Amino acid sequence: MQIDLLIEQVLNGVQFGVMLFLMAAGLTLIFGVMGLINLAHGSLYMVGAFACAAVAAATGSFWLGLVASLAAAAAAGAIVEVVVVRRLYKRDHLDQVLATFALILIFSEGTRWLFGSSPLYLNIPGALSGAVSLPGDLDYSLYRLFIIIVGMAVAAGLYFLIAHTRLGMRIRAGESDREMIAALGVDITTLYTLVFALGAALAGLAGAMVGALQSVQVGMGEPVLILAFVVVVIGGIGSIKGALIGAVLVGVIDTLGRFLLPAALHLFLPASQAASIGGSIASMLIYVFMALVLVVRPQGLFSANA
Amino acid sequence: MGASMPVSREAVVSLTLILALLAGALIAQASGETFYVTLATRIAILALAATGLNLALGLGGLVSFGHAAFFGIGGYACGILAIHAYNGEPMILGLPGTQTMPVIWLAALVASGLVAVAIGALSLRTSGVYFIMITLAFAQMIYYFAISWPAYGGEDGLSIFVRDNFPGVNTLKPLPFFLICFALLAAGLFFFGLVRDSRFGAALQAARQNPVRVAALGMAPFRIRLVAFVLSAMMTGVAGALYVDLNRFVSPSMLSWQMSGELIVLVVLGGTGRLAGPLAGAALYVLFEFLLGGMTERWQFFLGLILLLVVLFARGGVVGLLAGRARHG
Repeated sequence: MQIDLLIEQVLNGVQFGVMLFLMAAGLTLIFGVMGLINLAHGSLYMVGAFACAAVAAATGSFWLGLVASLAAAAAAGAIVEVVVVRRLYKRDHLDQVLATFALILIFSEGTRWLFGSSPLYLNIPGALSGAVSLPGDLDYSLYRLFIIIVGMAVAAGLYFLIAHTRLGMRIRAGESDREMIAALGVDITTLYTLVFALGAALAGLAGAMVGALQSVQVGMGEPVLILAFVVVVIGGIGSIKGALIGAVLVGVIDTLGRFLLPAALHLFLPASQAASIGGSIASMLIYVFMALVLVVRPQGLFSANA
Repeated sequence: MGASMPVSREAVVSLTLILALLAGALIAQASGETFYVTLATRIAILALAATGLNLALGLGGLVSFGHAAFFGIGGYACGILAIHAYNGEPMILGLPGTQTMPVIWLAALVASGLVAVAIGALSLRTSGVYFIMITLAFAQMIYYFAISWPAYGGEDGLSIFVRDNFPGVNTLKPLPFFLICFALLAAGLFFFGLVRDSRFGAALQAARQNPVRVAALGMAPFRIRLVAFVLSAMMTGVAGALYVDLNRFVSPSMLSWQMSGELIVLVVLGGTGRLAGPLAGAALYVLFEFLLGGMTERWQFFLGLILLLVVLFARGGVVGLLAGRARHG
């Protein structure tokens, strides 16, 4: 097996992981600060992808599309928070699950109404198409490298925001004692809307960037949402660091599993069987990893409240 | 069960709903509208699946977002046994397939029960929002496995061509098949009532309300919950087998997260923890799908709106509305 191919798959895994991080960071932040499980996070991912595809198609600029995806997802998030989600903070998880499940139905059918049932296509911008030469004589897709860099930059930005700014201080205070910071005169209602819109914007950004790699269609968000749940379970609820490490682990394990398992099984099975059995097992690998983490550390690797 | 007013009122509501389903199917048959018999069959099967979930969710407070896994496993147990019997090919270990319903139900019970032991033992190590996400994730794992495993149709699913048989009954006709499903639903509801009013049920509900006290009394909440989770999964599994016989088709969509969500919706729409809650929820859901689906292709949009309004403003579900809010905690 060529080492080049392996490195390329590892990079693909990291790119996938970074995209999962953008989803998981918002989920874990919203859960950590507001105690809310948000199933509609996948819908915000979809909103970002559709906004980017629609604006890119209208203006011909992917970059305007990217800006539009951030704005649309943040706006959708803020509206959803003010109209619906705000009423759910004090409810139990069952009510939160149901209400946000209802939001998925509304978002999915609403998007079908607006854009029709056929998928939209989003092209990789010209400046980022093609391959780039990495050290070691390796060619890699420039666009995927761009996603990795953006994801890492967002991770660094989030770290700075939460650890070193006034807003971040309030978010951390909200995580540990929401009554107290409300009593200290912080406008907790606006803070919650801000955090929700921030998480939504990250999901929208992920959707827009992935939209250029896959087709943009209704229902694209939920499989990613469930993987982001796996990431949050592995990383620990409320921990941004856990979300980053969990996401990259999940991305790399999933990608390498699909690449290596069929090849490994091919050593003692015929090619067609190795491909189908290897593929089936590889699709379960990250869940097995999640189960292992649960056995060793039920609260996740980096739980904020552990 | 006490003789206080709300309890007896709930019993009346439950009995009325059950008899209404039976009467509806019989009237439809008498007037030659067999399509409505099939609709009633669908209600009975979904109600059975949701009654299974109601055991875990309503009595135990375990918000499982992965019950589609058991619904689908029951479905695949039915599909796999039937297709092997149809083709006359033995399965692994040389076991023959079968088209006899009671044997299929037993297989669905065992298969979904075994998987539930594994999923339950892992997910019940956690609680609250973790439990929701983990059950959802494990169900998704089985969904992807069904899609990528080519032997039984993969993504395309599996058709079983002929409905399975039941000794002495012509299952190909709509009414006899409805009566089989109705009898199983009645048995499921009876079992739910039995569990709810048993010592085990009391412990399970106590573990929902205050696990620390239950532990202090010398009972392990984990074990109580695991038993409830497995029983719950088994009932949903049998419903899955019936669902496949109704449609003569099984596909990974039975295992999807949407299915898990729908099952929760059925329970909560009808009334969480109430005996006839899942039946009321299933009836409402199927009729809603039928009536609104006939008017607009986008019926799920309106379903979402209604669901949202119910969650925000009308708690307690249909049975809560009809029989008052008798439940505590």
